[in-house]
Amino acid sequence: MIDIQNVTKVYTTKKKQTVAVDNVSLTIRDGEIFGIIGYSGAGKSTLLRCLNALERPTSGRILIDGIDVTALDAKELRQVRQKIGMIFQHFSLVSSKTVFENIAFALKAAKKPKPDIEKRVNELLDMVGLSDKRDAYPAQLSGGQKQRVGIARALANNPTVLLCDEATSALDPSTTKSILELLKKINRELGITIVFITHEMEVVKHICDRVAVMQNGKVIELGTVYELFTHPKEELTRSFVHSVMHVDLPAHLRETHTGTIVKIQFEGKSATETIVSDMLQQFEVKGNILHAKIEYIQDKPLGIFVMELIGKEDEIQRAMDYIAKRTNRLEVVSHAA
Amino acid sequence: MLLDTLLGLLPELNKAFFETIYMVAISLFVAIIVGLPLGVLLFVTDRGLFLEHAILKSVLGFLVNMVRSIPFIILLVGLLPLTKLLTGTTIGPTAASVSLSVAAIPFFARIVETSLREIEKDVIEAAVAVGATPWMIIKDVLLPEARPGIVQGITITTISLVGYSAMAGIVGGGGVGDLAIRFGYYRYDNTVMITTIVILICLVQVIQFAGDRIARLVDKR
Ligand SMILES: Nc1ncnc2c1ncn2[C@@H]1O[C@H](COP(=O)(O)OP(=O)(O)OP(=O)(O)O)[C@@H](O)[C@H]1O
Ligand SMILES: [Mg+2]
Repeated sequence: MIDIQNVTKVYTTKKKQTVAVDNVSLTIRDGEIFGIIGYSGAGKSTLLRCLNALERPTSGRILIDGIDVTALDAKELRQVRQKIGMIFQHFSLVSSKTVFENIAFALKAAKKPKPDIEKRVNELLDMVGLSDKRDAYPAQLSGGQKQRVGIARALANNPTVLLCDEATSALDPSTTKSILELLKKINRELGITIVFITHEMEVVKHICDRVAVMQNGKVIELGTVYELFTHPKEELTRSFVHSVMHVDLPAHLRETHTGTIVKIQFEGKSATETIVSDMLQQFEVKGNILHAKIEYIQDKPLGIFVMELIGKEDEIQRAMDYIAKRTNRLEVVSHAA
Repeated sequence: MLLDTLLGLLPELNKAFFETIYMVAISLFVAIIVGLPLGVLLFVTDRGLFLEHAILKSVLGFLVNMVRSIPFIILLVGLLPLTKLLTGTTIGPTAASVSLSVAAIPFFARIVETSLREIEKDVIEAAVAVGATPWMIIKDVLLPEARPGIVQGITITTISLVGYSAMAGIVGGGGVGDLAIRFGYYRYDNTVMITTIVILICLVQVIQFAGDRIARLVDKR
């Protein structure tokens, strides 16, 4: 368990002070994939780097499995760091060393004997699917392959926590997907807690269990990914959700419609029920679906329908009341012309 | 006639050539042995690095700048007592090597520091994050990553030493440059001057060529 207690980090430079992390308290549970999302400069990296003490908080404590990482001496810190893996946006491999040597470095740091290192590196290469690149240099690998080496290096000493700082931000969408799948598999099979920083909601949707939204050094919203997607409270969270769930009608549709346009959000079980067809049967309205989208978040469906309801005014009103009652989420986009 | 002069010069040239090689080799050796750790220290004690140490950093930085700001001629003469202490004499190539070394150490150290600065910070951070000791990071990350730059630095230092060694003639250091100054410059002997300059040009070319080849060979980026 990672327990972040009132952590503040202030950078003092000649001219000014920057509060990079502002009194953040969070608990990250064992075995979960915890996302931290926010725009550039929100303080995500700074907070993450406090977790393995690459950065010392100005105030506050961080307990990882009960050990206060803000209060360790250099030697203790090295030992604790061996149990906290970290991967980076630009992979951060040593370019003058082969894939094998890059991974072996982590094991050498833990003072493992040579035969063990040999065996463990091969195991890791197998796990990340790079056995054939053992003797290649980083310059000879693709971005996705480099990140796999980074992951192997981070996992070398069987850490309990894996910190990922924008680990997929330098990769194309399909490579991103394969790296995310690998991280999910690692989380599932090895039970490693993953803390994942990103500015892409799509990535959060894909792998995170819970997510914290950061702005100006503060955590402004926290919840399961599904909660945030279905009931975002803060404006910033809403804009992140919108980046994935946007259903924008073409302008000409909005202008030429005759009925009432409504947007309906279906969550969880209701998404799979036949609410819309029930409604169309019970009331004297015609429905015209203009836009629809269903996303699966943490394996739970979240659907958005935009439809035009045509019929008598009071009948439409009753139909809308019916849907609102069953979904809790109905929004009138524009009224009948 | 020209050939005769050259042939007559041959023993002298030969001796001078090996004196130059000797002085440069000794000073280069010392510069690497002392300058490399010094350069590493200048880098790792910097702000935000794993052996951050503001006081040590500024003391070392000041010393390096101080030695580098003294003109070599003055260093050569000013260090005579130290030379006497170390080598027992103040003339000859061995004696000249002392001031050459002293000048080359900070020069090379700064080159090492600059090459280390080229390394991406994240790469060093990744090594810190994995729990490696400072020594491991220096040995397995910093030095290998900076190797091409350091090799080029050795080339530059060697060539500078060839140039500086010419001034060693002032304290009777000998060497090709000394020969050029004594015969060519003071005595207006163009044959000797041109011959020695040709030798120096060839020497520098060979050093640069070899240095570039090695740098390319160790570069895995
Ligand atoms: N070493 C430093 N010295 C001074 N200020 C810093 C330092 N590191 C970060 N900052 C400042 O702290 C704030 C938070 O930076 P941080 O890198 O944590 O943001 P981030 O959320 O990771 O952004 P990005 O998405 O761009 O990586 C920024 O205003 C940044 O300028
Ligand atoms: Mg960042």
